[in-house]
Amino acid sequence: MICQSCKERPASLHFTKTVNGEKTEFHLCEKCAQEKGEQYMFNQHFDFSIGDLLGGLFNLNTPFSSQPAQYPQQKVLKCGNCQTTFQQFVNQGKFGCAQCYEAFQDQLTPILKRLQNGNTVHTGKIPARIGGTLHLKKEIAELKAKLQQAIEQEEFESAADIRDQIRSFEKKVLSEGGES
Amino acid sequence: MSLERFINQAVSSWMSNEGPHSDIVLSSRVRLARNLADYHFPLFLKANEAKDMTVQISEGVQDGYQLERLEMEQLSPLQKRVLVEKHLISPYLADNAAYGAVLLSESEDISIMINEEDHIRIQCLAPGLQLKEVLEKANELDDAIEGKVKYAFDEQRGYLTSCPTNVGTGLRASVMIHLPGLVLTQQLSRIIPAISQLGFVVRGIYGEGSEALGNIFQISNQLTLGKSEADIVDDLISIVHQIIAHEKSAREVLANTSSIRLEDKVFRSYGVLTNSRIIETKEAAQCLSDVRLGIDIGYIRNISRSILNELMILTQPGFLQQYAGGPLHPEERDIRRAALIRERLQLEENC
Repeated sequence: MICQSCKERPASLHFTKTVNGEKTEFHLCEKCAQEKGEQYMFNQHFDFSIGDLLGGLFNLNTPFSSQPAQYPQQKVLKCGNCQTTFQQFVNQGKFGCAQCYEAFQDQLTPILKRLQNGNTVHTGKIPARIGGTLHLKKEIAELKAKLQQAIEQEEFESAADIRDQIRSFEKKVLSEGGES
Repeated sequence: MSLERFINQAVSSWMSNEGPHSDIVLSSRVRLARNLADYHFPLFLKANEAKDMTVQISEGVQDGYQLERLEMEQLSPLQKRVLVEKHLISPYLADNAAYGAVLLSESEDISIMINEEDHIRIQCLAPGLQLKEVLEKANELDDAIEGKVKYAFDEQRGYLTSCPTNVGTGLRASVMIHLPGLVLTQQLSRIIPAISQLGFVVRGIYGEGSEALGNIFQISNQLTLGKSEADIVDDLISIVHQIIAHEKSAREVLANTSSIRLEDKVFRSYGVLTNSRIIETKEAAQCLSDVRLGIDIGYIRNISRSILNELMILTQPGFLQQYAGGPLHPEERDIRRAALIRERLQLEENC
């Protein structure tokens, strides 16, 4: 969403004003919000922003999230495709494009851990088009989990079956080449 | 014109049927977030790109699905609000997306939002507890669209989304559930923390940040990474089954121990609905919840169950103004709301 005041920068502050039960919504970028803070917020000073909240949540001890002004020479981490900077991502909580995931990969893992309860790897559906060996690899991972369960429950016959299945899948993966 | 149908009917036709556990679970919903690999995410999308994309995505579901496309820029703010109140589009799509669009099925059980926070948001709905069924339907639509476009997908991270809280499956599975028993017996505050420990969230009827009007809650998964779609849905189903059991026993306890009080509450609320001349959203929602509970328990027999779902939506500000044909002051709305509820209930009694 773009800021409704300057219509240039993305809006990072969203709030609702209620007067006599009539709700009005505002979507502003931080700059305009600071400028218009008084007008929108009835003289309350803007001392807290969404950026603070996300920055706090992500709590990354990188120079990018803490006082960037003091590091003017620091190379700015940026997505080469959409030009979104890491700082922008932290402020908005939104990526600019799919390539951002790669550009911010190193910083992303701790963020995902926090947001996704420690999980960082997808185990669900795979688009048919991606195909290749990825589907097989996923099935192997599922079978391995089943194998473990079978062993724990001492169902050795079915464990052996599962093991054979895993082997045949692994052969398939090898023969189809390393592409995924 | 079909826009008028989407706007004028309060109850989507899928809602008028009953599903499993319809006495407590009002509806099930699954949403899949998807993005196209070769376009910037909606926040950074240009107008012409957004339009190209809308066409591509619509083509994906052209065959086999009869979907009507509504462009946001062609709708009035009031029309958009009505669609939000019916849960057919999100507040975000209504307020923000200049190039947003929605594809709707005739019975309104399918809604595909284009250029919301993500390029594609596939949403499927069904009455009662039918999460597996709606997931299957959403997957079919997903496959159909994937046939025409290239999704942003990463082997490690899964389906890439604009917000890191949706990455992975891009799945949000939710149920709308009516829990007057748990609210009256004050058990809900104990149940909510337990649910959130399992990676699920309890919210009000209109999603994030909304109030729980009329004892209706939305329960949905919080996590989208590390679990498969089927596991997320299975876990939610088992949570919902537990909540249903708790709600049923709470209702039994209420009916057994303080039956006269409960009956009094139900009929007082019925009295308010059938007689008031001015009523606010919140009070109307609470009374509707009481009456619905009265119907479920058997105190009230001459009114259909769907009254709660129907009147909850019909008495929202957007709908009232749509009926009035223009903007209304809050007090005018409260007067209209009261009149509408009285009329609707009288209609039931005469049936």
